[in-house]
Amino acid sequence: MRKYILDLRLRSISHPRPGYAVLRLTDPQGALPPMQAGQFVEVRVDDSPTTFLRRPISINFVDRQANELWLLVHAIGAGTEALTTLHEGATLNVVLPLGNGFTMPAQSGQVEKAMKDATNVASAKAERWLLVGGGVGTAPLLYLGQQLVEAGVEPVFLLGGRSAADLLQLDLFERYGQVFLTTEDGSAGERGFVTQHSIWDASAAQPFARICTCGPKPMMVAVARMARERGIACEASLENMMACGLGACLCCVEDTVDGNLCVCKEGPVFNIEKLKW
Amino acid sequence: MADLRTTIGALQLKNPVMTASGTFGYGLEFADFVDLSRLGGIIVKGTTLEPRQGNAYPRMAETAQGMLNCVGLQNKGVDYFCQSIYPQLRGLGTAVLVNVSGNSPENYAECARRIAALDDIPAIELNISCPNVKQGGMAFGVTPEGAASVVKAVRAAYPKTLIVKLSPNVTSIADIARAVEAEGADAVSLINTLMGMAIDAERRRPVLSIGTGGLSGPAVKPVALRMVWQVFDAVKIPIVGLGGIMNATDAIEFILAGATAIEIGTANFIDPAVTEKVVEGIEAYLERHHFGSIRELIGAAHCG
Repeated sequence: MRKYILDLRLRSISHPRPGYAVLRLTDPQGALPPMQAGQFVEVRVDDSPTTFLRRPISINFVDRQANELWLLVHAIGAGTEALTTLHEGATLNVVLPLGNGFTMPAQSGQVEKAMKDATNVASAKAERWLLVGGGVGTAPLLYLGQQLVEAGVEPVFLLGGRSAADLLQLDLFERYGQVFLTTEDGSAGERGFVTQHSIWDASAAQPFARICTCGPKPMMVAVARMARERGIACEASLENMMACGLGACLCCVEDTVDGNLCVCKEGPVFNIEKLKW
Repeated sequence: MADLRTTIGALQLKNPVMTASGTFGYGLEFADFVDLSRLGGIIVKGTTLEPRQGNAYPRMAETAQGMLNCVGLQNKGVDYFCQSIYPQLRGLGTAVLVNVSGNSPENYAECARRIAALDDIPAIELNISCPNVKQGGMAFGVTPEGAASVVKAVRAAYPKTLIVKLSPNVTSIADIARAVEAEGADAVSLINTLMGMAIDAERRRPVLSIGTGGLSGPAVKPVALRMVWQVFDAVKIPIVGLGGIMNATDAIEFILAGATAIEIGTANFIDPAVTEKVVEGIEAYLERHHFGSIRELIGAAHCG
């Protein structure tokens, strides 16, 4: 996919809770380029003297009608804090789209078909995919859910957080599929981690065709184990610390079965079979 | 139109702007942002005789006006480069150089010999200054004798233009530059990264997997500029200047200090299109100050 450096305009910014912001960006010059769910962008942070490198942020949503790219940003340092305190009308220099997105139904069908060497692949129409997110890692699953619905797959969301306040954009997720929740303190959904939710038992009768996950690494490792035990194909989106975002600096590597691979270029989405989890 | 051409040994560059090893991949990663044929040259990432996995993650830490890395020369080896990468780099319309590393003089020389066989690679940059590998790397670059031993072996094996990349982690970089000049290096490039480290106060541990790393970015520019200045007075061979160059003005400063060409490294991470902008900026500078050729500026700050 062709990559661009664009000066995007911040059309609106909202704060679903303190320390978090949803940035709705548009390209005043024309239509935003094609972007896949699971890809990310690198944002230059202009108003933070201590921030030198761009910040990699996953694509939260692409609203084609409004020509908007949404980024969900959690302020965890000076760079992301500067991004969450921007004002409407600000210009943001963004490199996009970067990395590889989640495998979509047509492609995954081919992969599974090749893997199983079977002719009897379930039709995409009937498929249910489980999208498991934790914390701010839920961000790319919103766009993925929308893309899956368009592709004729039924997404089921399983979202986890420490408490109810961590669970963001729930009304938006509900537009695209059923939403199940877990919180560590029990303030929303079932108490515990996403891997302890009863949906895992209930899904035995009608298994998910595929699992996509994004969130803290321990959560994704646990989800990958659940997927393996059930023989379900699974992809995880990693967020190792990055510099260039283009596969040039080799800083963000993940130790995989194929050696050290750049999360920015060969990922951020990896099939769990590639990962040493 | 001012003349931007410059010469390093037998290597003719259409302009002085090259990319620093390890910051521009094989160039192809930046083809969406930069017309590669507009660049003076591309120095592709550190290549060794055998494949290397590099160091463990985390390999990077952001610092004030810069960054630390401890990648540790991850690459798939010289044979992979020759067979799989080189064919893609032919016909880019710019000089493609390979940065060569190793862990013994013989091993450097063998790697250089295999690259010498590639018609469209007119020069190599010998890395005797990587701070992030245990064996070899910077160990050779911190004494005149060590540097000379590697250059001597490679010079015997490599007939084309040989640039030697120097470490700033030394007492006198001029002494090292003289030693490699005496062994027949065609040019020196400087500086490689400055050894540094970062500590995570919350975790009370170093940030990088091997503890220390190499500092790059604008934070090192004054040090790099000073070293180019000193080496210009110490040797007759051309100097390729690098270290924190973010724009055309920075590049001009290095040329005024004595650089015949420059390399852009970390700036590629901030603005993937920066290299072409620097070429344009140098052109504009020459026009604005009525210089006919970039060569008039080399070392010009030393006069008067």
